[in-house]
Amino acid sequence: MSPLSSYLLLSALLFSIGLAGALSRRSAILVLIGIELMLNAANLNFIAFWRYGPRPEALTGVMFAVFSITVAAAEAAVGLGLILAMYRHSKSTDLDKMTSMRG
Amino acid sequence: MTITFLILAALTIAGMAAAMGLRNLIHCVLALTLGFVGLASLYLHLGAEFAGFVQILVYIGGVAILAVFAIMTTQSAEPVAHRRSAPFWLAGTLVAAGVFSVLAWAITRSGAHGRGLPPSPQIAAEQVGFALMRAYVLPLELMGLLLTVALIGAVVVATPGKKGEL
Repeated sequence: MSPLSSYLLLSALLFSIGLAGALSRRSAILVLIGIELMLNAANLNFIAFWRYGPRPEALTGVMFAVFSITVAAAEAAVGLGLILAMYRHSKSTDLDKMTSMRG
Repeated sequence: MTITFLILAALTIAGMAAAMGLRNLIHCVLALTLGFVGLASLYLHLGAEFAGFVQILVYIGGVAILAVFAIMTTQSAEPVAHRRSAPFWLAGTLVAAGVFSVLAWAITRSGAHGRGLPPSPQIAAEQVGFALMRAYVLPLELMGLLLTVALIGAVVVATPGKKGEL
């Protein structure tokens, strides 16, 4: 197996782990972490394609990964802020108990 | 596929799987930190030093700490008394396994399978800085704007309102 396809397989596996967590966990915080894992798997793909691509000196993959990490950090901050607001509203982070959009 | 890659991949997968599978949320975030360390080491192994250090700074230093704060603020570290229902859990895992098998099928059938190993690119932090300040200066400024807006938005969303409001 070539190095590139082993990295791609690892990235696919990480994406699936994140997807399984985001789909099946009840805690809103863990669902957010699962989404972060999926974003990380995409970043690994960017870096692997940059490393084994035709023009690595252009730095495109690294830049895209760095910007993607930044967007993921902003998303995590806003998401956890939303979870705090929901917790203040319903006194729980259990997704099964968040059944209404207004109190 | 070197032995270094195998060790780092095993570390990353173990950390991430434990982060998604453990019951205590604090343990989940600790396992997640392990997974992020493995992923950052993979970036370093690929030669993307800047991205590896950004990964450590942002994810371990930022996102993991933020998640711990959220868990402690919402007091949800203790696992819920009732177990999640089995069919629900099974459905999520099955969907993820299906997605993985489709992706793995596509990867093994693609042209990536037979690619050789190009010489390792030598990327210094200086080059990354020049690229950020020249070719990517507009995305960089936009990213700064996005971060500012996101941080203000997070504070506004999380601030308690007056009684009767959110």
